[in-house]
Amino acid sequence: MLKIEDLHARTEGKEILRGVDLEVAAGEVHAIMGPNGSGKSTLANVLAGRDEYEVTRGSVLYEGRDLLSMEPEERAVAGVFLAFQHPVEIPGVGNLYFLRTAVNSVRRARGQSELDPMSFLSFSDERMKLVEMDRSFMSRSVNEGFSGGEKKRNEILQMAMLEPKLAILDETDSGLDIDALRVVAEGVTALRSPDRAMVVITHHQRLLDYIVPDRVHVMSAGRIVRSGDASLAKELEANGYGGLGPSGDDQAVAVGAGR
Amino acid sequence: MTQVSSDVRELASREYQYGFETVVESDAVPRGLDEDVIRLISAKKNEPDWMLEWRLRSYRHWVTLEEPTWQNVKYDPIDYQDVIYYSAPKPKKKLASMDEVDPELRAMFDKLGISLAEQERLSGVAVDAIVDSVSVATTFKKRLADAGVIFCSFSEAVQNHPELVQKYLGSVVPYRDNIFAALNSAVFTDGSFCYVPKGVRCPMELSTYFRINAADTGQFERTLIVADEGAYVSYLEGCTAPKRDKNQLHAAVVELVALEDATIKYSTVQNWYPGDAEGRGGIYNFVTKRGKCAGARSKISWTQVETGSAITWKYPGVVLQGDDSVGEFYSVALTANRQQADTGTKMVHIGKNTRSTIVSKGISAGHGQNTYRGLVKMLRSAKGARNHTQCDSLLLSRDCGAHTFPYIEVKHPTARVEHEASTSKIGEEQLFYCRQRGIPEEEATSMIVNGFCREVFKELPMEFAVEAQKLLSVSLEGSVG
Repeated sequence: MLKIEDLHARTEGKEILRGVDLEVAAGEVHAIMGPNGSGKSTLANVLAGRDEYEVTRGSVLYEGRDLLSMEPEERAVAGVFLAFQHPVEIPGVGNLYFLRTAVNSVRRARGQSELDPMSFLSFSDERMKLVEMDRSFMSRSVNEGFSGGEKKRNEILQMAMLEPKLAILDETDSGLDIDALRVVAEGVTALRSPDRAMVVITHHQRLLDYIVPDRVHVMSAGRIVRSGDASLAKELEANGYGGLGPSGDDQAVAVGAGR
Repeated sequence: MTQVSSDVRELASREYQYGFETVVESDAVPRGLDEDVIRLISAKKNEPDWMLEWRLRSYRHWVTLEEPTWQNVKYDPIDYQDVIYYSAPKPKKKLASMDEVDPELRAMFDKLGISLAEQERLSGVAVDAIVDSVSVATTFKKRLADAGVIFCSFSEAVQNHPELVQKYLGSVVPYRDNIFAALNSAVFTDGSFCYVPKGVRCPMELSTYFRINAADTGQFERTLIVADEGAYVSYLEGCTAPKRDKNQLHAAVVELVALEDATIKYSTVQNWYPGDAEGRGGIYNFVTKRGKCAGARSKISWTQVETGSAITWKYPGVVLQGDDSVGEFYSVALTANRQQADTGTKMVHIGKNTRSTIVSKGISAGHGQNTYRGLVKMLRSAKGARNHTQCDSLLLSRDCGAHTFPYIEVKHPTARVEHEASTSKIGEEQLFYCRQRGIPEEEATSMIVNGFCREVFKELPMEFAVEAQKLLSVSLEGSVG
């Protein structure tokens, strides 16, 4: 589904990604771990099409298409979803209205009929249960005044409603207390399916207790330096990122700190 | 819906029924302005002497004035002698069907979601109306009359209610106020008059009525609304549909008077022709609007959505004379292409414990220049007066500008004035967030902009709030970046 080859990207003159290779098949869940500044979030943003990152080399194929040549909204309707690390607030725009516009934009682009307000409401009611949200969320402005946990739950709700094929979760667990983490993780787990791939970016192993990945990759200094199965995450938790492969210029960071 | 369209159809033929047939002896007076022209205008309108005298006094004052230069707009000098100050409104040429209407205009109507029947009416298409037993206009007139509300053209008011006109005309905006007010006072041709008697809550939004009557507004329009003690009235001026006019200079005057415990809510949606992408040929909208909270606990609220005109220059204000009176100003002003707007408000606090709220949202796109200019004045008598001003600007392009000029004068130590201002560029992050969810860039922009304006839109009557949102989106098309 996703094939990244030798991806290089920079922002503000600084090279962040220095040759990323990654292949993800439908139905798989891949976790990407690594210390701060290793390029995990940059990778997520480049895949979603954020234009402040300049791709200098490499290619990304998504379902056989050249992902990098597509506009962000084209990627979205083609099934690429990014759960943001810091979801932005949009004052004055109701969450319900925003979600309906998004869902209908995607449906329109996929040649499906748009949902009228009533059928949308029953659809959203059903999906909100997944992340334990109630309708009061819908009448608030997008993310405005939401707590950290509410923002992240809202991201997962959007994912549940947009039904992507490739979901990229950028540090969805950061800043969550244990209850919010459980809600978010259960929501994500419920959305696992044989036709959906997920890339879960996390700093901490604890999320992977809930979402057991098929593959775990470790990024350091803009490259994937190690890959393995779920046991790799456990190993990292025990030993930290120190002494990981060739690019030892990052500081060693303890994994799972604070648990 | 069927009811509404047939009502509208009905009204479309109204112009034929009542029309302006009383004023068609001659088409126009000669170009230019002097006392003879004013006498001629007054004679054609069959006005009483006091009205003529007032016009002449205004004219004599006007000739002594110079155009001001302090406003932050640029335009070529106006040649006042090249204007025709009076022409009998002729029924517009009727078109046989919508097919004859400018396709560009039709596309705009569709985008705004204006019903076909209304499109026909607004573009002057002759409609074969099915004659209902009762026309809407007559129903409305009857409902208003039963409540004792006087709502008529200014000319009719001069003839039929001279005592009210004489008492209140110029009582809020004297002809000495400014050059355009003086000009308007000398040459105004028509406008609207409304009087709501003591204790009466106007039984309908006058917006509804006005909308259906949205006839040609003159170049020099004059509006006077008086709410007597304890009365309430809500009035909407303008229309979201685009308006073109061969007259470039528009200098209207609007006066509102609220007596004790009265409330007036005045909403404007202005979509005059802004000129082409280079700003050529657009309307100059130089309007003087002011309300007076004459009585204790009275309230006047202005809401405006300004998207049209090449140049907009207006400061709807409130003079808060009565103790505990309230003034409000909610504004959205959009400037795109080469449009210029210098707009804001004046809140003059005279009475004790008077309160005013100002919410101004300026949006600049293309090469648009958007200026907020607001005066908050607390006189020595304004004990305990309070004002809160919130003034936000949103920039959508590299070449546009936003400017804020707040003027604050406080003469009483207990008076309190708060001013909050912000200027932001449309958030790249917000845009990216929307696009990542599949929402195309243009739609995302208008969503964010509409969110930015929500505080103001919620003050508009419901159906106009919806249209105003669409209007904003349409006006922004192609001007982002």
